[in-house]
Amino acid sequence: MAFDEIRKQAIAEWEALQHSDKPRILVGTATCGRAAGALAVLETIERELSRLGIEATVTQVGCIGLCYAEPIVDIIKPNRPRICYSSVTPEIISRLIEDYLVNDNPRSDLALGFIGEGSVDGIPKLFELPMLKPQVRISLRNCGHIDPTDIKQYIANDGYSGFIKALKMTPEEVIAEVKKSGVRGRGGAGFPTGQKWEFCRRSPGKEKYLICNADEGDPGAFMNRSQLESDPHAVLEGILIGAYAIGTTKGYIYCRAEYPLAVERLNIALEQMREYGLLGENILGSGFSFDIEIKEGAGAFVCGEETALMASIEGKRGMPRSRPPFPAVSGLWGKPTNINNVGTWADVAAVLQKGGEWYSHFGSETSKGTKTFSLAGKVARTGLIEVPMGIKLGDIIYEVGGGIVGGKKFKAVLTGGPSGGCLPASMLELSVDYENLTKAGSIMGSGGMLVADEDTCMVDMARFFLSFTQAESCGKCVPCRVGTRQMLDSLERITQGGGQPGDIERLEQLAHLVLSTSLCALGGTAPNPVLTTIRYFRDEYEAHIYQKRCPALVCSKLISYYILPDKCEGCGICLRACPVEAITGGKRMVHVIDQDKCTKCGTCLSVCPERFSAVVKVSGEKLDVPSEPIPVVSSRAKRKSESSDKP
Amino acid sequence: MPEKLARILAPYRGQKGATVPVLQKVQEEIGYLPEEVISEIANFLGLTKNEVYGVASFYGQFRFERPGEHTIKCCQGTACYVQGGRRILESVERELNIPSGETITKDYRFGLERVACFGSCALAPVMVVDKTVYGRMTPSRVREILAQYQGA
Repeated sequence: MAFDEIRKQAIAEWEALQHSDKPRILVGTATCGRAAGALAVLETIERELSRLGIEATVTQVGCIGLCYAEPIVDIIKPNRPRICYSSVTPEIISRLIEDYLVNDNPRSDLALGFIGEGSVDGIPKLFELPMLKPQVRISLRNCGHIDPTDIKQYIANDGYSGFIKALKMTPEEVIAEVKKSGVRGRGGAGFPTGQKWEFCRRSPGKEKYLICNADEGDPGAFMNRSQLESDPHAVLEGILIGAYAIGTTKGYIYCRAEYPLAVERLNIALEQMREYGLLGENILGSGFSFDIEIKEGAGAFVCGEETALMASIEGKRGMPRSRPPFPAVSGLWGKPTNINNVGTWADVAAVLQKGGEWYSHFGSETSKGTKTFSLAGKVARTGLIEVPMGIKLGDIIYEVGGGIVGGKKFKAVLTGGPSGGCLPASMLELSVDYENLTKAGSIMGSGGMLVADEDTCMVDMARFFLSFTQAESCGKCVPCRVGTRQMLDSLERITQGGGQPGDIERLEQLAHLVLSTSLCALGGTAPNPVLTTIRYFRDEYEAHIYQKRCPALVCSKLISYYILPDKCEGCGICLRACPVEAITGGKRMVHVIDQDKCTKCGTCLSVCPERFSAVVKVSGEKLDVPSEPIPVVSSRAKRKSESSDKP
Repeated sequence: MPEKLARILAPYRGQKGATVPVLQKVQEEIGYLPEEVISEIANFLGLTKNEVYGVASFYGQFRFERPGEHTIKCCQGTACYVQGGRRILESVERELNIPSGETITKDYRFGLERVACFGSCALAPVMVVDKTVYGRMTPSRVREILAQYQGA
C-alpha cells in the first residue's frame, strides 16, 4: 500500500475515534503512572465497565508530564471536551464512572482540567493552567494523547510526513533544512545537528552507522524514558530522516536496560514500521534501505559518552577513547558514525514536518527550539516539561513547578545532573540556554533539573554527586580515576567533621586539574557540582570546616537530636518508633535519646506530635538536657508557671 | 546446566558484538553469572575467561553471586537523595543486618541493590521489592514493609 493510502486510512480511523458515539477513557500508563498505581486503576475501569454494561473505548496512553498528579485518567464523552482527572485511585475511578458516565455529573471537584473545544462548568482549560501555559510541546507533541503502541495514531497526527517530505528532497537539502532550524544536540553538549550530519555524510566510505543514544544514565532524568514510552515513532521518524540524509543503512538504539517498558514499546514500534514498509529493504519503494537494532545497555553511566557507547555496542568494556578521530570519521566498527540523543531525533522529525524556519522561531538567539526537562526535587509540581529555550530559570521553578513544597525557602537548582552545577537564587533570572548555563558554571546536560530547598546541604550534595561520578569513572585515565577519588575523600571528611583549613583551596585546585585533563566528558564535568557549590555556597563549606556545623542540618556526623524536657509529655510515640531503641523513658516520663545509640534517622522528629514539638535537631551545639528520664512537668503546671513569669 | 546453556547461547552464534547481549540473556535465565558459566560463555564466544569477566564486571547489571529470594532495590538517584533516600538505604541495611556495601543476607532471603534511578522521581524516596514499587518511603515504613516479606 502506498503511504498516502495508509495515511488516509489512519486519519479516517482517528476521526472515527474522535467522533465515536461511545465514551473513551485514556489512562496514562508510562512507568511513573504505573508506579503511582495506574494499572490498578485500569483494572478497575475494565471491571466497572463490564459490571455496569457500559461500552467504552479504553486506551493506554503515555505520559502527559504531570508526574505529581499521577495516575491520570482522561474521560471523553461524545461531543464533550476531554476531561483530565488527576491522582486517580480505584475508588475514585469507580465513582467517576458512576457519576460521569452513568449520571452525567463531570465531578469538577476531581478534575484537573479539560482539553478541546467548548467548556465545562467549574473546570479550567488544562493547557491554560500555570504548569502547562509556559510550555511549548514539540518533542512531546503526542505524549499522553496517542496510543504509543499504534503506529496509525501517530500517522494520523502528521506522523512520518516529515520523512515523506525528506524522501522527496536530496540528502543535502534535508541537511540544509535541519541547519536552518538551528536545532542543537539535546544530549547536553549542544553541537549543531545539521553540521554533525554533514560531517558524517561527507566522510568517505559506503558503510556508515547511525546511533540513537537512549542511555539516559543521569539519575533524576527521565525525559528519554518518557518520550520512548509515550511516542516512540517521533524518535524513529527522526532516525529515518537522519539515515536518509547521512546515507546509512544500519542504525542502533542504545537504550538503558533499566527501562524495560521503553524497550518493549520500541520493539512494538519497529515491528509496525516493518509491517507498513517504513523499515527494511527499499522503504516505501524509494530505493532507500535502512534497518534498526536495539541494544540494551548494562548499567554504566560512562556509556552515555559516544565513544564508550560504541565500544559497548561492539561488546567491549564501555570505555571512552581520545578524539580525534571523531565518530563521524571513525566510529562504530571503525566506520563513520553519527550519534544523536533521543530528544534530538524527536525534534528533527518535527523540523521536517513543519519546516526549519518554523522551528527556528522558538527559543533564544543561539539556542533554537524547545528543551525537555525532568523537573524533580522539592518543587510542588514535579514532572516532565518542555519549555522554549530562553525561558527564565525562575519561571520554570515557580510557574511550571509551582514553587517550593511546604513553604520552604528555595536554595539551589541543579541542571545537568552529576555533570552539572548548582545555581543559587541569584541566578533565577537567568534565561536558560546552552551558553548562559555554561557561563554560570553549569551545563544544559540532557535535561535533569533538580530543585533543592533550605533543608539541603550543598556540601553533602556535592559529595553525593561526586560519589556517583567516582563510582562510575571507568578508570581509564588517571585524572578522573584518582582525582575524583581524592575529591570524594576530602568531601567525605568535610561532611563528617574532619575538614581542615586549606581543604576548599585544595578541592578547587584538584577540580580544575580533573576538569582540564580528563579523557572524556565524564571527568571533564564531574567537578562541576563541587566548583559551583564552592562558588555560590562557600559559607556552607566554611561552617563545616571551621565550626563543625552543618547549617542545613543534614550531615549526620554533625547533627544531634534532643528531646526538650519542658515540652515532652512522655507519650511514648517516639520511643516505640525509634528503630534502634535509642530512646528511654516511661509513662509520663520525659524521654531521653542515647546519643551513642542514635543513628540520626530522624524518625523521632517526624513522629513527635506537632502539638508537643518536643524533638529538635541541632548542629554545632550541645543541648543541656537530662541524661536520664525525669517525671513530666504537667502541661497545666507549665502553663501556670509561664503566665506567672509574665510581668 | 551445559545443555541449558547451549540452548540459551545457540541463537547468538556468529553474531557481531554479542558479548553483552549473551551475558544479559544468561543472567536473565540463570539469575547470575557463576564462574563455570563465564568459562562456557568464553568458549562459545572464542574469548578468554578473563576477557568475558572483564566485560561483565565493567557493567553494573551483572551479578556474580546467587541472588536472594527477594530483591530489594533502594534508589540512590538524585531526587531520592534530596528526599532522604540514604536514610531509607541505611534503614534497610540495619533491619536486614546487611553491612554497608554488601548485597545479600547470610540466609540468601534478601538481596540488596543500590540503584541510580527508576525514573519515578515524583514518588521519591523510592524502594522496590521484587517488582513492587514503594514510593514516599520513611524509615518506619521500611520496617513495616520488610516485615511482610520476612513473615512470608
